[in-house]
Amino acid sequence: MRMKTFAAALAGATLVAAAPAYAVTEIHWWHSNTGRNAELINKFVDEFNASQSNYKVVPVYKGGYAESMSAAIAAYRAKNQPDIVQVFEVGTATMMAAKGAVVPVYKVMHDAGEKFNPKAYLPAVASYYTDQRGRMISLPFNSSTTVLFYNKDMFRKAGLDPNKPPRTWEELGADAAKIKASGAACAFTTSWQSWVQLESTSAWHNVPFATLDNGFGGMGARLEFNNPTMVKHIAFLGQMAKDGRFTYVGRSSAPDSKFYAEKDSCAMITESSASYGKTKKNAKFDFGISELPYHEGVKGAPQNTIIGGASLWVFSGKPKSHYKGIAEFFTFLSSPKIQAEWHQVTGYVPITVAAYELTKKEGYYEKNPGTDIAVTQLLLKHPTKASKGLRLGNMVQIRNINNEELEAVWTGKKTAKQALDEAVKRGNEELRKFERANR
Amino acid sequence: MASQKRAQYPVSWLPYALVAPQLAITIIFFFWPASQAIWQSLLVQDVFGAHVQFVGLLNFRELFADPYYLGSFWVTGEFAVLVTGSALIVSLVLAACCDYLIRGTRAYKMLLVWPYAVAPALAAVLWAFIFSPGVGILTYVLRQWFGYDWNYLLNGGQAVTLVVIASAWKQISYNFLFFLSGMQAIPKSLIEAAAIDGSGPLRRFATIVFPLLAPTTFFLMVVNVVYSFFDSFGVIDTTTQGGPVRATNLLVYKVFEDGFKGGDLGGSAAQSVVLMVIVISLTVIQFRYIERRIQYA
Repeated sequence: MRMKTFAAALAGATLVAAAPAYAVTEIHWWHSNTGRNAELINKFVDEFNASQSNYKVVPVYKGGYAESMSAAIAAYRAKNQPDIVQVFEVGTATMMAAKGAVVPVYKVMHDAGEKFNPKAYLPAVASYYTDQRGRMISLPFNSSTTVLFYNKDMFRKAGLDPNKPPRTWEELGADAAKIKASGAACAFTTSWQSWVQLESTSAWHNVPFATLDNGFGGMGARLEFNNPTMVKHIAFLGQMAKDGRFTYVGRSSAPDSKFYAEKDSCAMITESSASYGKTKKNAKFDFGISELPYHEGVKGAPQNTIIGGASLWVFSGKPKSHYKGIAEFFTFLSSPKIQAEWHQVTGYVPITVAAYELTKKEGYYEKNPGTDIAVTQLLLKHPTKASKGLRLGNMVQIRNINNEELEAVWTGKKTAKQALDEAVKRGNEELRKFERANR
Repeated sequence: MASQKRAQYPVSWLPYALVAPQLAITIIFFFWPASQAIWQSLLVQDVFGAHVQFVGLLNFRELFADPYYLGSFWVTGEFAVLVTGSALIVSLVLAACCDYLIRGTRAYKMLLVWPYAVAPALAAVLWAFIFSPGVGILTYVLRQWFGYDWNYLLNGGQAVTLVVIASAWKQISYNFLFFLSGMQAIPKSLIEAAAIDGSGPLRRFATIVFPLLAPTTFFLMVVNVVYSFFDSFGVIDTTTQGGPVRATNLLVYKVFEDGFKGGDLGGSAAQSVVLMVIVISLTVIQFRYIERRIQYA
């Protein structure tokens, strides 16, 4: 209580210090961006704040995704929530289940009378954050997808054509063997193994990750990525790990740096398209970006990959004036100019078709080949029930389980079938727990 | 009786007032959170607290039906034994050497105490950097000089070694201080008498110093076990995140992951209650034993 009074006093003091002639509504936005991305966010916010005089958006860095989500939830329970919080895609089901705590974006826009067309957003991006009735619940902000980065210099050294990256996993396997034979320490690795090799690869082959349309159809969904297509894929990677063509170097984004490392770097990596910025900054060699490989002969493949990243959620319980400001800010953030800049600097995909067209018109893709791969891969086909995203609770735990089970395959402790069966079984227990807690 | 009390304290409320701050701290920071954990362990709720259901012991039944959770017990036990054992042995040797020294003791003491000031997470980053499969100096030395392939991200045994070293390293300083002061409290006359009788430094250590240090050793054992049960999650989070597979998935790390990252409040609370019970019982057992040892000594 004391803390709150103090904070209020402090906020009051800041307002007095700023001495506005009118009441400015402050909109607090908790986010998880650092470095270049955070600078860009501050720049956007400054632009928005300068463009009008009714609202002042205050961006606050609240730690990594998991931390800032926990902090926002705790703040909500203490009735002290921010207006906007950036939540990673695996937190989507949790936020959606929180009826009453969150105001859906379509409602924020509608109530504020803001012009809003969900069709303006890339379908594979919007679908992840849209409910079964086609209403957008949170605003897509930073979205990326799974792509292949490859080192052209190492391709040349291995006698491969640097302008012909592998299209299929079979080609990738063969290329990896040649790269390995040319004396490279690491031919291939992957970041985000659960997201890239299970979640996105399922969508890419148009096989469901879970029942009930990957969980979009309700909380009773069961995982089913232990299907023959995925077992074959993981067994393929397991074989590559066994004979040294695939070097496992860790969970989440840790392997990214292994691609642009100065010594013993990996020739190929499947990772987030959003690591383009840091890769470009650090890589002292010629690299290319290509589509995520697929397995030949799988019906419907390639379909489209799914996104990762985060979206913006609006909390309930704020005065009406705040929502008007949030709506205006969201329109500003979705504008082609802002999105195009965000896309070009960070490597995240532009969330609207207009921003993609603008970037194309500016000639950015010609100057930076490969940077449009993520977008074309998302736009390849219209998302199906199996490829529009995931809506599964306790996804943080499920990814952890997948990490563990996949590591058991890479180390040869389990076969692909055993590991995926176990991952599905353990993951389903997590889904049942989530269903029970949110009933 | 009553008059005696009045003679000691001029006003009857004074003793209560004097202990009140300590009591308040204990209640607010220990008893209240502990009671909250027990209460939450009996509930199932979503993270926003919109649906809260009382489920009795369901969270506990699920935990003990989960073979992976039971596996974490072994991992934690192994970790605690390794950390406590290595931290105690190394610090005891260092303290004995320092005690034996005549000149330069202060400098050694200061250098040896430094690591204690390092936060667990920082200590872990430091060691993870040294042992990093990609850029670590020790990885390089092991591969170039000994032909040993080090990759703690894939090799469970190596991962355990890394987290044990990072955790024990920090604790060595603390143990060292206690051992050294314990040794210096041993009457010099005893040591000198033994020396006159012709026993060398090793024998004196084994027959006089070490037995007389027993209370210190047991105290440190309790502290180190509690440390390895509770304070180890910073080390795990910054290095292995519980992997590879589940080689370093300690009980306390799972509490953190399920609760703070996963939002499973009931399950996480149940796990912390289990941990609480383990540590309380360990402490009770060990303190009873210490009491006996003190009487014996």
